[in-house]
Amino acid sequence: MKKTKNKIRIQNLITYGMVIAAWVIIEILIQTGHISSLLKGLLVPLCIYAILAVSLNLTVGILGELSLGHAGFMCVGAFSGAFFTNVAADAIPSTGVRLFIALLIGAVTAGIFGLLIGIPVLRLKGDYLAIVTLAFGEIIKNLINTFYIGIDSSGLHFSIKDTMSLGMDETGVVIIKGPQGITGTPKAATFTIGIILLLITLVIVLNLIHSRTGRAIMSIRDNRIAAESIGINVTKYKLMAFSISAALAGVAGVLYAHNLSSLAATTNNFGYNKSIMILVFVVLGGLGSVRGSVIAAVVLTLLPELLRGLNDYRMLIYAIVLIVMMIFNSSPKAIAMRAVLRERFMSKKTKEAA
Amino acid sequence: MSFLSYLINGISLGSIYAIIALGYTMVYGIAKMLNFAHGDIIMVGAFAIFTMVSTLGFPPIAGVLFAVVFCTILGVTIERVAYRPLRGTSKLAVLITAIGVSYLLQNLALLIFGSNSHQFTSVVTLPNLKLADGALTISSVTIVTIVSCVVIIIALMMFINKTKVGQAMLAVSEDTGAATLMGIDVNRTIAITFAIGSALAAIAGALLCSAYPSLTPYTGSMPGIKAFVAAVFGGIGSIPGAFIGGVLLGVIENLSKAYISSQLSDAIVFSVLIIVLLVRPTGILGRQINEKV
Repeated sequence: MKKTKNKIRIQNLITYGMVIAAWVIIEILIQTGHISSLLKGLLVPLCIYAILAVSLNLTVGILGELSLGHAGFMCVGAFSGAFFTNVAADAIPSTGVRLFIALLIGAVTAGIFGLLIGIPVLRLKGDYLAIVTLAFGEIIKNLINTFYIGIDSSGLHFSIKDTMSLGMDETGVVIIKGPQGITGTPKAATFTIGIILLLITLVIVLNLIHSRTGRAIMSIRDNRIAAESIGINVTKYKLMAFSISAALAGVAGVLYAHNLSSLAATTNNFGYNKSIMILVFVVLGGLGSVRGSVIAAVVLTLLPELLRGLNDYRMLIYAIVLIVMMIFNSSPKAIAMRAVLRERFMSKKTKEAA
Repeated sequence: MSFLSYLINGISLGSIYAIIALGYTMVYGIAKMLNFAHGDIIMVGAFAIFTMVSTLGFPPIAGVLFAVVFCTILGVTIERVAYRPLRGTSKLAVLITAIGVSYLLQNLALLIFGSNSHQFTSVVTLPNLKLADGALTISSVTIVTIVSCVVIIIALMMFINKTKVGQAMLAVSEDTGAATLMGIDVNRTIAITFAIGSALAAIAGALLCSAYPSLTPYTGSMPGIKAFVAAVFGGIGSIPGAFIGGVLLGVIENLSKAYISSQLSDAIVFSVLIIVLLVRPTGILGRQINEKV
């Protein structure tokens, strides 16, 4: 028991060490000016996608439920966080403090949404659950596009029609402008903040997985009926995993909102394609493998950018790489072929040694 | 009168969803996979017709036939190259591969045709129907869409219930292992399913772009998702379910666009789906599966 505990601890430390090492290397490269502006612009998104992938892994890999609506929770987090930052612009002048509070608000709001959506959704199974999470993601995106919220001396005003129907006095400022979203959020997100949030996410998820709660969640994944029969409260643990996953996605969303000057709920930002993209990270990184999620998120975000020299062909190559990797990874024939190759390689090595 | 015209347009849109949903439902029923690339086959079909008719100047009928043949071959090839090696492995692996295929088709189309929207000439050249002294005009595309949907559904039901290949399909969807033991060639049956689904997608592409004539490499993806919702709505795996789900979805979408809000119509469609699934977790006509320990 102690041995396995130590093993887990070492594995976790490797994951943390990897992230910290990446941060140190990048910081040194930035200081010495060896980094292109293109890559610099990608640093915060890399952290965001890594957080999203780790959090979705909690739902898909650990809880074992396919969710296609992760971008919806990110959207909730992004809008609630950016809303707070803009509302409190006068009350709290420091952007750092505002970002910190916005992160908390984003996480809590997305977590509450996760809970509310989780209660009905988690009753369903398999592909039905997947399609309903997809539907929720699209509904969230659609609803936010119709919101108009403004603030004036008498308080908040809300409308789903247009800016005029908010009925504000002359001190009024419109904060959420329907399809145009929120503009003027300060660019407070930095690479260091992103890395810190990623580390916090990793600590939360890794500790959860290796705790009693985590084992309960995994037992539901492996056999729900058996888990229920030994007294595990299936609904409670399912909801817990789902809402923690949503809350972490909300954190990523707040970071996302503070990395852009204008935020709108478009299909490219928060549509189902984004959810699918995050799912691709999780599956290619390995279901249930937290470190794999981080690596896959980084590699697959960098890949299209590194292929930029090939312009039009880069997304094509990305698609082919995706298909080939999936077949190579999971097809029974490919697995058998890999085993044969490994054997041949190993026997050569032993011969050489002899 | 305007209500009636919204309703008929809704049924027509729903018929397109139903034709696409048939492909989803059949593939799901037999191969137990969500074929995310199905929507993009619609786009490929529409581009095939566009190239034949607008660029090369063939008559529309030849264009549609070419698109059907092209998409059938494409569908079978995709199944052979991308999905068959992964059969029997985790569902997620197949899902991600399907997403990869979807990206591949979209980006190939992007390379060949560019990202600008192309004006699609309608394949239906009949005059519009005027009823009640011109108070109600029904476009010929609408009528052709509804009629072809009904014909396709009836033909497909007969094919599945009356022919040997159709029975083999039913058997494979019921129990793949037992079907193999009975001497059914599972690989061939699945290939035929993909062929039929893709041919239907080509027809759906022709009808969709005749009604909504702007064509881009992303044309297929939203109708694809909606059709998927329609298939789930009616009970995935069931052919009459796909029809009911598709038509209901189209009507709800069009009526909410007309009377509530065009921006919220997608949200309303998806909300109805959620409510239906919460009441009937396997869709309107879906079979309840008892869980055994």
